[in-house]
Amino acid sequence: MAPQDTSTAVAQPGDLKPGLTGLAEDWSSDQRTFKNVPWGKAMMWIFLLSDTFIFSCFLISYMTVRMSTAVAWPPVSEVFSLSFGGEPIPLILIAIMTFILITSSGTMVLAVNYGYRKDRKKTALLLIITALFGASFVGMQAFEWTKLIVEEGVRPWENPMGASQFGSAFFMITGFHGFHVSVGVLFLVLIARKVWRGDYDIEKKGFFTSRKGNYEIVETMGLYWHFVDLVWVFIFAFFYLW
Amino acid sequence: MSNGVIEDSQVIPAAEVEEVELYHAKSFITKWVFCQDAKVIAIQYSVTAIAIGLVGLVLSWLMRLQLGFPDVFSFIDAESYYQYVTMHGMIMVVYLLTALFLGGFGNYLIPLMVGARDMVFPYMNMLSYWIYLLATLILAASFFVPGGPTGAGWTLYPPQSISEGTPGINGGIILMLVSLAFFIIGFTMGGLNYVVTVLQARTRGMTLMRMPLTVWGIFVATILALLAFPALFVAAIMTLFDKLLGTSFFMPEMLVQGELGPHENGSPLLFQHLFWFFGHPEVYIVALPAFGVVSDIISTHARKNIFGYRMMVWAIVAIGGLSFIVWAHHMYVSGMNPYFGFFFATTTLIIAVPTALKLYNWVLTLYKGNIHLTIPMLFCVAFILTFLNGGITGLFLGNVIVDIPLSDTMFVVAHFHMVMGIAPVLVIFAAIYHWFPKMSGRMLHEGWGQFHFWVTFLGSYLIYFPMHYLGFVGVPRRYFEIGETSFVPESAVALNEFITIMVLIVGFAQVVFIINIIWSVFKGKPSGDNPWNSTTLEWQTATTPPGHGNFGKELPICYRWAYEYSLPGVKADFIPQNLAPDKIK
Repeated sequence: MAPQDTSTAVAQPGDLKPGLTGLAEDWSSDQRTFKNVPWGKAMMWIFLLSDTFIFSCFLISYMTVRMSTAVAWPPVSEVFSLSFGGEPIPLILIAIMTFILITSSGTMVLAVNYGYRKDRKKTALLLIITALFGASFVGMQAFEWTKLIVEEGVRPWENPMGASQFGSAFFMITGFHGFHVSVGVLFLVLIARKVWRGDYDIEKKGFFTSRKGNYEIVETMGLYWHFVDLVWVFIFAFFYLW
Repeated sequence: MSNGVIEDSQVIPAAEVEEVELYHAKSFITKWVFCQDAKVIAIQYSVTAIAIGLVGLVLSWLMRLQLGFPDVFSFIDAESYYQYVTMHGMIMVVYLLTALFLGGFGNYLIPLMVGARDMVFPYMNMLSYWIYLLATLILAASFFVPGGPTGAGWTLYPPQSISEGTPGINGGIILMLVSLAFFIIGFTMGGLNYVVTVLQARTRGMTLMRMPLTVWGIFVATILALLAFPALFVAAIMTLFDKLLGTSFFMPEMLVQGELGPHENGSPLLFQHLFWFFGHPEVYIVALPAFGVVSDIISTHARKNIFGYRMMVWAIVAIGGLSFIVWAHHMYVSGMNPYFGFFFATTTLIIAVPTALKLYNWVLTLYKGNIHLTIPMLFCVAFILTFLNGGITGLFLGNVIVDIPLSDTMFVVAHFHMVMGIAPVLVIFAAIYHWFPKMSGRMLHEGWGQFHFWVTFLGSYLIYFPMHYLGFVGVPRRYFEIGETSFVPESAVALNEFITIMVLIVGFAQVVFIINIIWSVFKGKPSGDNPWNSTTLEWQTATTPPGHGNFGKELPICYRWAYEYSLPGVKADFIPQNLAPDKIK
């Protein structure tokens, strides 16, 4: 064989080289390409990449039908406005929802931090707070859907304000995102429970998987949660602001 | 050793990750049914895929009976003919080829070849199979709903697929779309496992550039699938909404039986873009694992290292990347902006470069090799020829100006069956003949194998070569019957009859193959651990078939690449990847 791999210098955990040299060494090394990255975290990153393609396809499809339709698009800032004592304020609900979701990313970061310090109680508490923020986001989304359906008469197949694709794309995209948030809330609560019980301190095995649990799972959960937030920023920009 | 083997193997890095405890099955059900062992999951995947593939095979017989002998079979009417065409296409492309290459061979070979105990998350891997089985059952159920399966053509283009007049618009199309969505969810669970196992769970000494090309092919194909299936997922959901909720994503305003339909202003072209953004990478999801498998089998059975290993790896990666920017060459006649045609024709021709490079390298691997014409080798040589033929007609169709007259003719059918029907299936056969001894501990019967090979290989040429000609004279694809048409000569009718007879003969040979497998599982000649004297890790296991955890107590250490054949100065004509340098004689 050609002597191409002779200078295999193996990076031990802790002495990873920075920059391009480090990158090249990691990729030409054995065992692991991403050093010190647990399997679950690597898998979450790749899943999120795949999920990015799903949301991109949804958003690009929405833009395409918005361009292809011959009927005028409903005036978005008027549709998504709430009146407090007479004057309608455009996008106020969405602004609050966005603020809450972004805030929940902050509490998630803190949870990860306390998780690595093995501070059981604070981690669990912060996870629960994050879950509550997420749940209130979904709640407000439900309120928004109800208002659109009941008061404004928007349906997936038609609406009184303009192009029917408005309702179709709205319910589909926010619904799919809301589903992601709901799944996230569910798992936040489950992980908070495990943290609270101290499962990760004793590396208790999962029920089905027989894999040991540890605080890295909190970070993996965090990756998902931040992704869901990031997607919301794009939905907010392309659907509500455009 | 004079040529670098020793230097190569000097560094044995320490293990970076402590070994993870495996799930140990306690009952029959957890050991053989709800099993978390990748090897059992692989066999479950393969059996399911082959079973549904046989349904696809029978559908192709029915379809060909109609084309060869119109008006003879009273049970085939236009509706059922379109249902055969549709279900045949979708079953073969997605439920057979994708599932068998990635779910079947991926599950079996990745952990063994990279030296892992199992996939990184065995429980999720198991779920992947069961969701795939569910998807397959939903698809099969569509044969039994009122109205039958969908007859929209395997591309499922709206408005046709969900409009009045197409077979199966009330049950079939819904089940098809739901089944595809489940397939994608199930595949994602498995696919994430394959990618992470390759990236993060290799054994000591197994660098990416020492992996066998089979693993490279499956690895890159899985990445393609993880990025391409989302487009199909979104398209399926939006079509379901158009059908069930009456939205207008894809549906334009249409007159249905004299009345204005419920839809308005949708974009049918959008569906085509989404579908082919999935559909073209799908070609390579099937082809790249085939490329990898062929490289390994050719090298083993020609007792010679693969020519240009690094070039082969980078060609796989380049083809994978390029496959995402060629999709609209399926849409030259769709009415998209003509400038797109220019761009996509160019990228299509560029993708031929790394592909041709691989063909040259296979031929150069054979050149002056010590070729053993075993059954796997025969199938691989047949693959090289077939892929070349199919690839060259692909260059025809990649050019807008040649494609437009040939579009929707039998020429296209002949092209894609050669390049992604026959070619990958030949590789699947090669792979089964090659790895069956590892999976079962027994050889497949050689004589029946010869029969199977020659009938399949020659037969498929007798089917598809005439079909190119039919396309040139203008016989359209997907037509229930041609009838008396001025531009179709008499000879086309005779050719259609000939093709149909050949299809039945080749189909019969596959039945022989299935019988051979079943017979050999019980009565085949015992193979030993390494019947082909192969270098890769899966042949170096302690037991055959490998037990739970693959490698016994100690994981193997990889000292070299996978292609150390016929080395001068070494007694044996191969050096296994895990043989310590001081043990080489």
